[in-house]
Amino acid sequence: MDLYLPIAGLSVNMLVIVGLGGLVGVLSGMFGVGGGFLTTPLLIFYGIPPSVAVASAATQITGASVSGVLAHTQRQGVDFRMGWVLVAGGAVGSFAGGFAFRALQKSGQIDTVVGILYVLLLGSIGILMAREAASSLRAIRSGEPVKARARRHLAIVAALPFRWRFYRSGLYISPLAPLLLGASTGLLTVLMGVGGGFLLVPAMIYGLGMSTRVVVGTSLFQILFVTAATTLVHATTSRAVDIVLACLLLIGSVTGAQFGARFAQTVRPEYLRLILALIVLLVAGRMALGLGWRPDEIYTVQAL
Amino acid sequence: MSRLLLLILAPLLISAAKPKLVPDVSQRRIDIIYSFTGAELLLFGAILYPGGRVPDAHADIAVVLKGPAEPVVVREKAKVAGIWMNVRSARFRSVPSFYALAASRPIERLVDRRTAAIYELGIDNIQLSPASGAPPEEQRRFEAGLVDLKRRSGLYSESATGVEITDDVLYRARISIPARVPTGRYTAETFLIQDGRVLAGATREIEIDKSGFERFVAVAAERWSLTYGLVAVAISLLLGWIAGIAFRRLK
Repeated sequence: MDLYLPIAGLSVNMLVIVGLGGLVGVLSGMFGVGGGFLTTPLLIFYGIPPSVAVASAATQITGASVSGVLAHTQRQGVDFRMGWVLVAGGAVGSFAGGFAFRALQKSGQIDTVVGILYVLLLGSIGILMAREAASSLRAIRSGEPVKARARRHLAIVAALPFRWRFYRSGLYISPLAPLLLGASTGLLTVLMGVGGGFLLVPAMIYGLGMSTRVVVGTSLFQILFVTAATTLVHATTSRAVDIVLACLLLIGSVTGAQFGARFAQTVRPEYLRLILALIVLLVAGRMALGLGWRPDEIYTVQAL
Repeated sequence: MSRLLLLILAPLLISAAKPKLVPDVSQRRIDIIYSFTGAELLLFGAILYPGGRVPDAHADIAVVLKGPAEPVVVREKAKVAGIWMNVRSARFRSVPSFYALAASRPIERLVDRRTAAIYELGIDNIQLSPASGAPPEEQRRFEAGLVDLKRRSGLYSESATGVEITDDVLYRARISIPARVPTGRYTAETFLIQDGRVLAGATREIEIDKSGFERFVAVAAERWSLTYGLVAVAISLLLGWIAGIAFRRLK
């Protein structure tokens, strides 16, 4: 079933795109991540122009996180004060990212920069996650309880001025720290087409020291608004948002997420985290190969 | 007086002595709709010889379909510190976004290189108008890279058997349009060639454009970009919300 994508300007097999969304949806339902870090590279491998892939993946993540945000809100799992600070930072970040995207596109370096960002971020986070999951698995095998890590924020976060109280997160810290965190994920959303959950969640737990009860809900809350802002930034600057592509992905991913969530309940969370870490490392490795291998096309053409 | 008359009539007489082409195309307009996976364009017509007499020597036909020209920048990747990245680039002022040549015989057997260059017959003879002051050798490298890329993506093509001529009078050419065809106003040029000379030429225009919903989306994204973005967000939110409710009901 071929379908013409009006903005990407090419025909795709509808079932492949829905299936791709579904695959990412299964993973996101299993691991509670948005899956943008998988969607964007897969779309690019399939032949969608990189800018269209990045922009449309952001639109898709907005829709994919709606039901999560609603569910977490009902369970009081969203720290709205923290959420709005993150969103404000994210808006600034995505706005700045829009200019960076334009400038990089003009100089022809966008693909290289996005590739390097993917390798660095996914590589380091994948290694951290794999190590953490492996050590907790070893602890389970040997029967020793894992030492609970003292919940504390980093010294640099504690040193920032103007402290606010974030009741639900159980924190008394400066809003500048989440503002900067939000800004950097906003920047990544525009450049890489990721929601930034894989960066946001560890940073909230280990960097800010937030109560884990509100981490996932608050990060979803931030992702929802920042990907929405990113869609607007892309729509007005790079004009690369393909509504048809985003809808196809969304249909697949919301369906897949249901199955993923059910499967996740039958597997130990430590194994889940290890699998996720391996997938993340796999994507990082593939991107690294893409950077280092001689590409199929030495020449590229861009209309002015 | 009669001399003057002859002088005035001379161009008419000469043109009357030359054969003429009457071309047509199967479609004046190609609509790209949701199910578009490419199209086949039929360019056909008749060769009108003066007095209706078909000469003994066979004439050949070459048909060129050209897409709208656009300025482009071509980038060349090289390995820098272990990473393949765009290093050098060259600009071209007017590169046809699409070029397809069909002829009744291989084009290099029909015309010499000079004539081929004048009429832009053949992929290697397309005028790309380089705009950067790079040395000629580098310029050629970029041109070759650009043409090779376009050829492999199906946007530049050349066929030596694409034209059939019936009884030296009727001709028919097929040109296939790929799914990734750029939109715009195309020109279809037909040339009548004999003994290495172009005897006659004729042009028809073809419009290739998105149509219906596809056109509406593309225009909206370009013209009302903020509204388009807001609608995209709204649709995404709505779809996600509906899906959430639907699946909760199912459970």
